Amino acid sequence: MTARWIRWVVGILSVSVLVGAIYFPILRRRLRLAAKLQQETAEQARRELTQAVPINSGEPRVKAKLFWASGNGDGTLLDSTVELPLLSDPVLRSKQVLNTLLAGPVDADLRTLPPDAVLLAFYLLPNGTAIADFSEALATATPSGIQSEQLAVDSITKTLEANVPKVQRLKILIHGQEVETLAGHLDLTGTFLVNANRVQAAPATSPSAGKPSAPATDKPAPTATRSTKPGSCLGREH
Amino acid sequence: MLLDVENIVRMSGHAWGRSGYRIGALFFLLVLGAVALSFSSPVPSQTSPTASATQSPVPQALPTAPAQGIPQTISPAMPRAGLNVVVLDPAHGGTDPGARGTGGIRESEIVLDFAAQVRRSLEAQGFQVVQTRQGNEDPSFDDRSAIANAQSGAVFVTLHIASTGLPGTARVYVNSDLPVTTGVGGLIPWDRAQTPFQGLSRKLGDFVQGLLAQRFKGSPNTAQTAAVRQLRTTAAPAIAVEISSVVVEDRADLDRMAPGVADSIATGVAAFRPSYVVPTAAGGTP
Repeated sequence: MTARWIRWVVGILSVSVLVGAIYFPILRRRLRLAAKLQQETAEQARRELTQAVPINSGEPRVKAKLFWASGNGDGTLLDSTVELPLLSDPVLRSKQVLNTLLAGPVDADLRTLPPDAVLLAFYLLPNGTAIADFSEALATATPSGIQSEQLAVDSITKTLEANVPKVQRLKILIHGQEVETLAGHLDLTGTFLVNANRVQAAPATSPSAGKPSAPATDKPAPTATRSTKPGSCLGREH
Repeated sequence: MLLDVENIVRMSGHAWGRSGYRIGALFFLLVLGAVALSFSSPVPSQTSPTASATQSPVPQALPTAPAQGIPQTISPAMPRAGLNVVVLDPAHGGTDPGARGTGGIRESEIVLDFAAQVRRSLEAQGFQVVQTRQGNEDPSFDDRSAIANAQSGAVFVTLHIASTGLPGTARVYVNSDLPVTTGVGGLIPWDRAQTPFQGLSRKLGDFVQGLLAQRFKGSPNTAQTAAVRQLRTTAAPAIAVEISSVVVEDRADLDRMAPGVADSIATGVAAFRPSYVVPTAAGGTP
């Protein structure tokens, strides 16, 4: 092989390596982007499917009671009264109050649920067991700890208890899956008692229509009334 | 692909002549370079973020022997006259750091230090102590419970550091009320092992919480109720002690609490001892 040929081969090889070095990172980025887009599209489709019905503005505004942190740092909740055009259907009503709860109070420090968390779906079984399916953020962004996780679940169950009498138990799913714990401590494998006094009588509720409702987006101005100790009504069943 | 390349090289040597051989060699090197580049930076695999999802628990009979591979410091066959074993559980560990503070404080590390102090205080009270982990391991919830369930007449204390709450306070949690259920032959399903011990757990929790409230102002006077996963499968009086919190700027603030927490737990368990009628068999009901 002559020196000229060697120069050609080395030159071509160098160009090839250079092209490869430029092309492969681009290819990798494209693959990542494609995977991300696929995930986002699935998530978006799910949200649109479950929460696309607008609230009828003709509904009378009623006083809903929502539970956020008291701000004392002692793990207690404070109920706040918010005027909402609540619907009579228990599923839609539950979605309205939970979406308002997720939207959070005016004071962000009083949040009990992560700002990125989304209610993906809500179902109500004829026996009064509700199934609330939240996005991954509820599990990944809730501060890890018994107190903080308890506060998050308490705020959900107490808000449902105060506004949707037909809900008697609550099962929490994360992105459609049953998970062992919320953020490493609180057990999510069972159901939480919501209207504990009604569970004894267990009146049969009619099957829910399952129609989705639009999320309430307005951040309410809460009027604090009284504090509630954590876990005071939080029995659980398996 | 490698077979094809070999064929090309072989063909180039025999049929294509000298120039063909050069082209073949060049092609071979190009393919080799491309393969090497693609393997040097692989695309990350798309793993499901819900990998922690679990299936519905299947009821199991209570174990009569500790899980394999779990460190044991006493023999289950050792005769006992009463409550004399405390199973101490430093929560989290391994790949699970637990709560993390902005100052780099990790729950999994601090609870190990707390456990060492609690252990010394308990041993000073005459208790034998079994730890669910000694180092940076992460046994499963069930593995940790299995250690307590294999002991006769033990209590279970799991240690946590919160990520919220009033700094400098401590809370004791007992499990939420579970419906009483017994299986065939009086066996308790594994996933409800705590059920018969709820009353005793409450009593133990109140003892310890009362002592913690005396030492750490702002702590509640009685034990709180929560659906703590670790406690549900434990067939013994079981409490979770959570210290607030990892948000302290200086880790020394937490370290200063350790002796008080250790003494409160040891004194509380000692005060509880006369109330506990020890079951005759490991994992038995009181």
